Amino acid sequence: MIPEPLMRYLVWPTVKFLVAFVIVQVVVAAMTYIERRVLAFMQARLGPNRVGPWGLFQAIADPVKLMLKEDIVPANAEKVGYFLGPMLPLIPAFVVFCLIPFGPPPTFVVTHVNVGLLLILALTSTGVYGIILGGWASNNKFSLMGGLRSAAQMVSYEVPFGLSIVGVLMLTGSFDLVRIVRYQESHAWNVLPQLVGCFIFLVAMTAENNRAPFDLPEAESELVAGFHTEYSGMKFAFYFLAEYAAMLVNSCLMVSLFFGGWSLGGVIMGRQVGLTTVNLQHLGLLGGVIGATIFLVKVMLFMVAYIWFRGTFPRFRFDQFMDLGLKWMIPLSLVNIVVTGILILAGAGTRYPAMGEVVLTLFGIVVIAAVILFLMKGPKPKARPAGVAHARRVSEV
Amino acid sequence: MFDVQEMEVNFGPQHPSTHGVLRVLLKIDGERIVEAKPIIGYLHRGTEKLFEAMAYPQCIPHTDRMDYVASATNNLGFVEAVEKLIGATGIIPRRVKVMRVMLSELQRISSHLLWLATHAIDIGAMTPFFYCFREREMVLDLFEDYCGARLTLNCMRIGGMPDDLPAGWLEKLAEFVGIFEAAVDEYEDLLTNNRIWKRRTVGVGVLSPEEAIEWGITGPPLRGSGVDWDLRKVLPYECYPELEFEVPLGRNGDTYDRYLVRMEEMRQSRRILEQCLELIKTTTPGEIKAKISRVIRPPEGEVYHSIESPKGELGYYIVSDGKSQSAYRCHVRPPSFVNLQALPALARGHLVSDLVALIGTIDIVLGEVDR
Repeated sequence: MIPEPLMRYLVWPTVKFLVAFVIVQVVVAAMTYIERRVLAFMQARLGPNRVGPWGLFQAIADPVKLMLKEDIVPANAEKVGYFLGPMLPLIPAFVVFCLIPFGPPPTFVVTHVNVGLLLILALTSTGVYGIILGGWASNNKFSLMGGLRSAAQMVSYEVPFGLSIVGVLMLTGSFDLVRIVRYQESHAWNVLPQLVGCFIFLVAMTAENNRAPFDLPEAESELVAGFHTEYSGMKFAFYFLAEYAAMLVNSCLMVSLFFGGWSLGGVIMGRQVGLTTVNLQHLGLLGGVIGATIFLVKVMLFMVAYIWFRGTFPRFRFDQFMDLGLKWMIPLSLVNIVVTGILILAGAGTRYPAMGEVVLTLFGIVVIAAVILFLMKGPKPKARPAGVAHARRVSEV
Repeated sequence: MFDVQEMEVNFGPQHPSTHGVLRVLLKIDGERIVEAKPIIGYLHRGTEKLFEAMAYPQCIPHTDRMDYVASATNNLGFVEAVEKLIGATGIIPRRVKVMRVMLSELQRISSHLLWLATHAIDIGAMTPFFYCFREREMVLDLFEDYCGARLTLNCMRIGGMPDDLPAGWLEKLAEFVGIFEAAVDEYEDLLTNNRIWKRRTVGVGVLSPEEAIEWGITGPPLRGSGVDWDLRKVLPYECYPELEFEVPLGRNGDTYDRYLVRMEEMRQSRRILEQCLELIKTTTPGEIKAKISRVIRPPEGEVYHSIESPKGELGYYIVSDGKSQSAYRCHVRPPSFVNLQALPALARGHLVSDLVALIGTIDIVLGEVDR
């Protein structure tokens, strides 16, 4: 028999990792199909519907096509960099999945690290190197511009991305994702007291993933295809896979940090109500599967939100996008941290420890409402100058 | 310490957002454009020279292929120029006039829809593209029902029209007119008040009225700068004097104003179509040809006639030597070509991302630029 420590530290983690790995692959493949169908639904068209029932096998046909495609290396490319480019973003994207708790512990947590969140942040931020390297090594001016845009984008949005989480850390007092999820069971989903943080996280995670409306590094209409212009076949597929895996990571983080992770219920007056961790653990493996399913459903909602953004917004211009990150997101997240800190301290000593969180929720609602009102402010009514009988001004000064 | 170097980038001729085969030689400093030089001629087919070797009626299909997304107005300009040359303008039947206006306004709508679709997708908004094509499809279906072609229509003849309207066509047009206002509202919902859209277009590529006139800019870019100049109003042709419509004008001359102008033009075109549906009832069915000689041999002389095409002033200058059945010389004044001149001035100092917005806002068709 295999000795117990070996089972515990090598075999089980490997099995769990492989299962997680396969699930991620399947989800990514499914996402390519879902994205095209959902986008098609928004855009008055059908989307893939030829391969298999409802076009479902399109998700298999595409990777097969990419694998069979000729792998073209541009003549003057920097060979090593060109080869490494697509690999680099893929590695952290998959490693990170070992750190995310998909369901109630212990079964559905591949590796339980008590500074898991910190490790995830550190790993995901290395993904940009592959993009810069690939863009530079392609020896194409459009690729280079895409790579540089990506570098600037990732670096500037890493800051609000990290800062937006700080509020959650202050509330939960832990870097451990399992504890963060369990904290949300006994309190409320962090999205309520951390509405502002959640909003910044949503924007920053879209920017981190180079997704519309922040898809500047691969802006099709400007830079042809940005950093992956020269890539084809499996190398392109790697970039693609890494992007989707990173989207998945960020959606998982979103759900774990702000939307209660795998649980759907809470601890009310000391009683476990609904599908909480304790209740799920009572059910054994079945409970784990239920928890993981809840988690997946929540994650998929955010994945669809990505698609929704893509179907709705025009693309930002580079300078405006940096403005948004540096002048708005960072100060807003700093304000959020300060306000959160003050209210936690104010609530801690009083008879109503939850008061701070309630006030925080109200604060968040006010800020988000102000932002939305600001964004929705329409133009002034259209003016009509006298004198010109048939002509009409359609724009205001 | 560091050597700062400008980078030269070939933007096109094969690039997703140069709308065909435009090549812009860019000098950029980082992302900022130092110089943008359009290089044209990749689609030159010698159309003007071809006209010299063809009888006048044979030229009409070739006019289709200049601005290939607005072929009806191209036909109209040429046909009217020849009619002016042979002195037939006064004897064109009323039904023909109304039908021509209907087709050219439908063409204006379809051309503007294509412009909006590509302009939006250049700026990164993907969805309006499909919404625009949904309605454009209806227009193309109407064209197909009338003349059998969807893009290169060849739908006008010197002195008349090739055919009367088929049965049920007017009902189909009425249906389109009925839904189109709501459709434009839908595009505007996605873009007009969209913060990102406004930031991408407001103040980008500002063209003052004086500059616009100096460059010879016509069409929506000129009106976007606030100059009240629409040939349908100032030099009316066909039955435009009988129709009620407004000319939308911009104020700031930026990309956003040009966008607003074109959106309003689509609404006005719909209004014209609505009135045409009434006007056509007052005409005699079947009266679709003026009595002109079958062989067109104009007297010696020259003529310049221009119409308001969706992209601006489309003019035909025809010289006849009085002996042959084909033009001695035919010159086309294409709006796209003239409007494109402003690109270097508009693009200077803007970012690369703005260049695609500017190419979109000028609304060029390379078939017309290069002829």
